[in-house]
Amino acid sequence: MAEKISLSDLNKTLTEMNVQSLEGLKIEGDVEIDLEMGAGGVGPLFAYYFGQEAAKIAMQLINFAKAVGYPVETLMQPVAVASAIAPAPKDLAAAAAAVPAFKVASALASAKFSVGTDKTWKHPIQEVTLGATKADGGSRGHVVKLGGEKAMPFFPDAIMPHAPKITMDVFDMPIGMAKAVKMHYEDVINAPGEWAKKAVKQFGADMVTVHLISTDPLLKDTPAQEAVKTVEEVLQAVDVPICIGGSGNPEKDPIVLSKAAEVSQGERVLIASANLNMDWEKIGKACVDNGHVCLAWTQLEINSQKELNRKLMKVAGVPRESIVMDPTTAALAYGLDFAYSNMERIRLGALKGDDELTFPMSSGTTNAWGVRESWMVRSPNKDDSDWGDRMLRGPIWEILTGYSLAMAGVDIFMMMHPQAVAYLHEITQSLMGRIEAKATDANAWLKMGV
Amino acid sequence: MKETSPLNLYKQLPQTNCKKCGEETCMAYAAGLIARTRKVEECTPLIEEKKYAKKLETLKTIVAPELKMIYIGVGDKQVKVGGEDVMYRHQMTFFNKPPFAYDVADNMEEAKLIERVKQITTWRKFYIGKWQYVEMIAVRSVTDDPAKFAACVKTVLANGNGFPLILCSFNPAVLKAGLEVAAKEKPLIYAATKDNWKEVAQLAFDYKVPVTLSVPFDLDGLKSMAVTFAGMGLTDLVLDPGTAPNGKMLQQTLINFINLRRAAVEEAQRDIAYPVMVLPINAWLTSDDPVRASYWESVLTAAFVIRGGAIMIKHSLAPSSMMADMHLRFNIYTDPRTPVQVKPGIYKVGSPGPESPVFLTTNFALTYYTVESDIASNNIDAYIIAINTDGIGVQASVAGGQLSPTKIQDSFNEAGFDWAGQKYPAMVLPGMAAKFSGELEDLFAGKAKIMVGPEDSGRIIGWMKDFWPPK
Ligand code: SF4
Repeated sequence: MAEKISLSDLNKTLTEMNVQSLEGLKIEGDVEIDLEMGAGGVGPLFAYYFGQEAAKIAMQLINFAKAVGYPVETLMQPVAVASAIAPAPKDLAAAAAAVPAFKVASALASAKFSVGTDKTWKHPIQEVTLGATKADGGSRGHVVKLGGEKAMPFFPDAIMPHAPKITMDVFDMPIGMAKAVKMHYEDVINAPGEWAKKAVKQFGADMVTVHLISTDPLLKDTPAQEAVKTVEEVLQAVDVPICIGGSGNPEKDPIVLSKAAEVSQGERVLIASANLNMDWEKIGKACVDNGHVCLAWTQLEINSQKELNRKLMKVAGVPRESIVMDPTTAALAYGLDFAYSNMERIRLGALKGDDELTFPMSSGTTNAWGVRESWMVRSPNKDDSDWGDRMLRGPIWEILTGYSLAMAGVDIFMMMHPQAVAYLHEITQSLMGRIEAKATDANAWLKMGV
Repeated sequence: MKETSPLNLYKQLPQTNCKKCGEETCMAYAAGLIARTRKVEECTPLIEEKKYAKKLETLKTIVAPELKMIYIGVGDKQVKVGGEDVMYRHQMTFFNKPPFAYDVADNMEEAKLIERVKQITTWRKFYIGKWQYVEMIAVRSVTDDPAKFAACVKTVLANGNGFPLILCSFNPAVLKAGLEVAAKEKPLIYAATKDNWKEVAQLAFDYKVPVTLSVPFDLDGLKSMAVTFAGMGLTDLVLDPGTAPNGKMLQQTLINFINLRRAAVEEAQRDIAYPVMVLPINAWLTSDDPVRASYWESVLTAAFVIRGGAIMIKHSLAPSSMMADMHLRFNIYTDPRTPVQVKPGIYKVGSPGPESPVFLTTNFALTYYTVESDIASNNIDAYIIAINTDGIGVQASVAGGQLSPTKIQDSFNEAGFDWAGQKYPAMVLPGMAAKFSGELEDLFAGKAKIMVGPEDSGRIIGWMKDFWPPK
């Protein structure tokens, strides 16, 4: 109910009314004043006597007088004063009497809340199975299912068939890692098999991703033939479904990933990844020939994602149930807004029926560790408040990066920090109603001791 | 506002193209109203001339946000709460980031209280050219003693640097005592419940303050309360539908928030379209371990920043949580309509000359401004070349091919950079693009030296000490 007038308006009006000026009041700039026009402030009588505009000003002056300590209320009731000077016409007095004074309701109104669902969501997301058990020609202990959603994540419209999954990163050579991450892997950094075991047994990973980064011509340039031995090692070490990543080199990856697809034939691996800047066809075909799932990676651009998905299906012949998308994860404080909205748009588009987008999504959540706030000892800006302990900052960075993208529709997360993995599992499972907890008293926080 | 066509707003304008609003035409101004970059008040003829009174009323109704906007506090620290129009941020943008109100309690020792208030009001972090701050303080009455609460509110006001307050108690006598001290500052009161609503309604009226209606996990009850308050003329309302910190009730909490937002913006149910309060502070009821509680508070904050929370009461002042939460909120409330790229080319930071280095980065706005701020805040004079990577950051564009040695060569050529005029002709590559240095050395042979800078521009200052000028 607050209306605003500015002091310059006030002065203008005062001048028009032949009021000289507000003595002793210096106006600098154009200050806005809030005027309370509530039922008790300015009623019809008051307005009648003073005119709407002037009434506002008079109220303001009275408030001003109050503010500087003048006992206005005890001395005068503005309406009473005005009325004493010139009694109001009868009909006006009647109108004033008819305005109900504030009256507390005698009982709560009865009301029912109801709201619909989103009727435009008609198309489910493709369900994709990763891993193959003996029965299906593989050697995995169980499979992991992604997709199948009929609504945005955790929305009441439809139950999510599968909880989001986490695949933890394993590298085929030691790489630079933030301190908070490295401390968990120091004992296994030269042993990918052991690394994978640790991720699954100790940290609860649903899957592991073997990154064959040593194949990068600028690193070790390991030949594909040799690099894929690490894949075999990891398949031996754990029985969860796996994902295989290259080095990101656009020339070498198609060769490396095709070879990796061959040695893991029948295991229904997630091959990461094909993108438009490389020979995606070769990678797509390797997936088809060996029964794998292809990760289609694009960079924050919904139309490129559609193009790549289309090409993988139409040209490389990858079946719908063998595509997962990675629309790129820009991390918290480093472009998360783009990643978030891009994914949310993709998922909404898919639910509305864009069949070039109806695939599960993957997030390279580990990117969170590239953001300075996650790993730097202290702020480079000396005027920032203390950044605190980086060992605490890093994991929360990875958690929030992953979690917010879970809200946008991500089905599988590539992650590194064990605590981040645990929290992301816990919150996503909670929002699916899968975790029981003792009910807390909704009002207890008010009197809480901490 | 549901309206998406400027034409329908144009019909309510004077249609004189008088340019007083600063636009060339009324139609352009109408488009500004649709985008919510212009306000109705800016068309002065519409406001001032009596003959337009009806149009003005109609226009105001059309452009009102779907979710009511309320004001808490006074002066330049006043916060706007609610006022949203869309369900998903890409549909336009989210407008008013939910203010974070960190708690203090009336049973705290005075010195501790002042210390905490100071911590809350002075916290800040620099991000993309701006300082991020906390917005509010929530004062909890633990003692349930009106006098103690009033004293606490007084101390908070005296030290609170104008931060708007939330006065929290279910006891009307306690709230009244707080309002006696703080009503002028227009605090939000928390809360009217099914038990105390009559007294609290009277307080909200008497002191002219916005009021929270708290009916946990009962949307029928919440709506009934909202309708009742609106019936009494009290419409500056905030709704507390309950925030369960864990278990199945947490799932229910998120569903309630989604449903309330949907009712407001997708179904125009005006009688329930008020800003919604979240209580991430409840995370502290689930664990005695402060790290765990603080992390969980961040997780709850994230959930409801994304799905419809309009104002939050929080507790953890741990830097890890504050930084993460602030950034998440910033990212979600960033207007997706604003450009995210800077113009490719050479930029000067400070007053660079022949002895200054040239730092290379991409034209992704965030990357560019981060590098610029790291150079400028350390008083380094330097050139920055922003390479056109279609607004993609360094790491991603190195991986995706938008940043490449030939692209770098072309960019220097296009910018016409005068290597001959440099005393130490050298470009400094971002550490993340180190792998290009070999190829670049060939491309720039005899012209410029290729140096590899730090992986993070925050370390440029240290790098300069060790490596500049080049030997
Ligand atoms: S001020 Fe109003 S009437 Fe004048 S051009 Fe702008 S919109 Fe049209």
